[in-house]
Amino acid sequence: MSSDVLFLQIFPYVAVTIMVVMGIYRNVNDRFTYSSLSSQFLENGKLFWGSVPFHYGIITVLVGHLIGFLIPTGVKAWNGVPVRLYVLEITALAFGLMALIGLVTLAIRRLSDPRVQVVSTGMDFVLLLLLLVQTVTGLWTAVFYRWGSGWYVQAAVPYLYSLFAFKPQIGYVAGLPLVTKIHIINFWALCAIFPFTRLVHLVSLPFTYVTRPYQRVIWYRRDTNRPAPNPGTLPSVSQGAGVPTGLGHSDFYGRMTNTGWQGAIHKDAAV
Amino acid sequence: MDVRAQMSMVFHMDKCLGCHTCSIACKNICTDRKGAEYMWWNNVETKPGTGYPTLWEDQDKYHGGWTLKNGQPRLRATDKVRGFTNIFFQPYLPQLDDYYEPWTYRYEDLFDSPEGDDQPIARPVSMVTGQNIDTIEAGPNWDDDMGGTPVYAENDPNLRGLSPQEREELFEFQRLAFFYLPRICNHCLNPGCVGACPAGAIYKRGEDGIVLISQDKCRGWRFCVSGCPYKKAYYNWNTGKSEKCILCYPRLESGQPPACFHSCVGRIRYLGVVLYDADRIEEAIKAPQGDLVEAQRRIILDPHDPQVIAAARASGVPDDWIDSAQRSPVYRFVKKWRMALPLHAEFRTLPMLFYVPPMLPVIAKIEGGTYEVSDGDIFGSLEQMRLPVRYLASLLSAGNEELVRESMRKQYAVRFYMRAVKVGDVDKGRAEQILKAAGLTAEEAQEIFYLSSLVMYNERFVIPPYSREYNIEVAELGDVGHRTAPQTHKGETGIGFRKPARRGA
Repeated sequence: MSSDVLFLQIFPYVAVTIMVVMGIYRNVNDRFTYSSLSSQFLENGKLFWGSVPFHYGIITVLVGHLIGFLIPTGVKAWNGVPVRLYVLEITALAFGLMALIGLVTLAIRRLSDPRVQVVSTGMDFVLLLLLLVQTVTGLWTAVFYRWGSGWYVQAAVPYLYSLFAFKPQIGYVAGLPLVTKIHIINFWALCAIFPFTRLVHLVSLPFTYVTRPYQRVIWYRRDTNRPAPNPGTLPSVSQGAGVPTGLGHSDFYGRMTNTGWQGAIHKDAAV
Repeated sequence: MDVRAQMSMVFHMDKCLGCHTCSIACKNICTDRKGAEYMWWNNVETKPGTGYPTLWEDQDKYHGGWTLKNGQPRLRATDKVRGFTNIFFQPYLPQLDDYYEPWTYRYEDLFDSPEGDDQPIARPVSMVTGQNIDTIEAGPNWDDDMGGTPVYAENDPNLRGLSPQEREELFEFQRLAFFYLPRICNHCLNPGCVGACPAGAIYKRGEDGIVLISQDKCRGWRFCVSGCPYKKAYYNWNTGKSEKCILCYPRLESGQPPACFHSCVGRIRYLGVVLYDADRIEEAIKAPQGDLVEAQRRIILDPHDPQVIAAARASGVPDDWIDSAQRSPVYRFVKKWRMALPLHAEFRTLPMLFYVPPMLPVIAKIEGGTYEVSDGDIFGSLEQMRLPVRYLASLLSAGNEELVRESMRKQYAVRFYMRAVKVGDVDKGRAEQILKAAGLTAEEAQEIFYLSSLVMYNERFVIPPYSREYNIEVAELGDVGHRTAPQTHKGETGIGFRKPARRGA
């Protein structure tokens, strides 16, 4: 078995299996450990110059890869005009450099600041190293193996499709330069360590914030038409009169949520 | 009318002796953990002073709370857009050093040091890094009793509204005055922390209005810390989760007051249910600044009013809670007697912790170079307050000086009247005159006197039955109940957790 088969064909399946199985296990079993694990509270100055360029850089590049993967024909069509190709390549390179600068700053910060060291785990350094490898090999490819955006959709995307179709054809990428191969293999490595690192904060991005009302009220009782538990000394209570069941959504405590003043704080009680 | 019950609080500042017993009770129960050492869910500040964290009232610095923009309430620190663009770095997040770096001492050195010529000492070490601290530069209550000092008191943001002359007089040595401001989470009706939380982990409990952070849902985005203008949401740097005062809800649910209330030596704290109209929260938030306190009082409902009782029942408030609201000391101080005022109403969070403004250290004058508390009358007069009304108004009534005066007049009238009744060395007729001018009847004065000075435990803390058996049943039968309901795992791991609260990777 050649090393290509091992790293480009078998390893991806192992890595994604680990990511999915362990990701679900952690999500179900250990929700408390999901956090951005921010250390801004302990160190503020260097974080700005690290975290901001890194995140904006890496997210843009990642989204770029994703677009290439989802609509390869669109990318091909875009790159059909040289000027557009240059714009795409230069933009991608700039964001990649931003990510690298941020990452290096973050690494230096984590290694040098005594307060940040206290909240650093071994896994944090493993993750930093892998991200560094990923960024450097990506930039290397972009700089030395010209028009990566073009052959990414010709080589890597079909390779990924073949993996997803469970008909792996590593021929698409077997001939790529070593640095680029490392870039691909390292991606699978990042998938594999995903559920064991702080990367899990990626799957808890707070998109619901956009639509939810600012205020949030959770009830034990308003979700039911059952009578009040303690009628007390006063005459009996028409508990839940006009309060329909099943409005709002249940919290993990099984209690019902209510909307706030930005929506209508009284809606699910009065409608 | 959507009537809801709120566990509310009154702190009688005139009675606070600044002993910090409340802080210690809280610290021992709630924040004596790694990552929480720096937190004081309950703290007692000296005013005038800069407080904890330093200058927390200065929202030009911290951007906490809400403002009105085109008549609509907006969070100063975040919104639906900035909640994402600022998520990688938060511009207004207070730093550890804005609170202080917690420390302990190497006590073991006192025992383990090798024999030598010098006496061993216990050096201070950081409880964050474990490294030696050469000079401790800040700590809990670092400015304790420092009223009148240039570094601390003079930087109090509440002094900004004072004229140069008032400021000068305030810091005149003979006129020096300070008082204590005990602070816990206000469990607001319009909490900034809830509004700012991107993860939706913070919520207000419908039944009693306690604001809680779900530790399993918190993702450590830290917007609550910025969003709360009182800086009463704290980031645990160890677990990567935010935490805040839980009003000792496990104690409340078993019929006991929170630890800080229970332990209060000066008996300054009152706890009780108030009913309010949730339909009118928005109206109260949008009131003009000078009217904010009155707007908040308006949405607090009279629990004796038959209409309110009917509406409360329709809204699902249990009868024993209505009964509890009728006996609430908070309702009387806030609404009936109009003596207690919310802290910094201008932050527009509708805080449900109210303060009776301090009077005793305040009234005095200088006569012929000597400090004179009496003015023929036994207690001096409001015109001679050592702290300008404007200062207290900045703190307690969003700048509305008349509300502070009203409360002061009542306290003063009760004192004068009770002096006439109990001691008899002041003119009873004049006492009744003063009482009338303050808008009180003799019965009310007796009631205020009783609730301020003689009242016992069960009348200071009026806690309704929580019907835990019902709530546990709901939680356990919930759709995901068997998996996540904390009650089912309480015996194994402590409150609310299935596993030890360990930092993730």
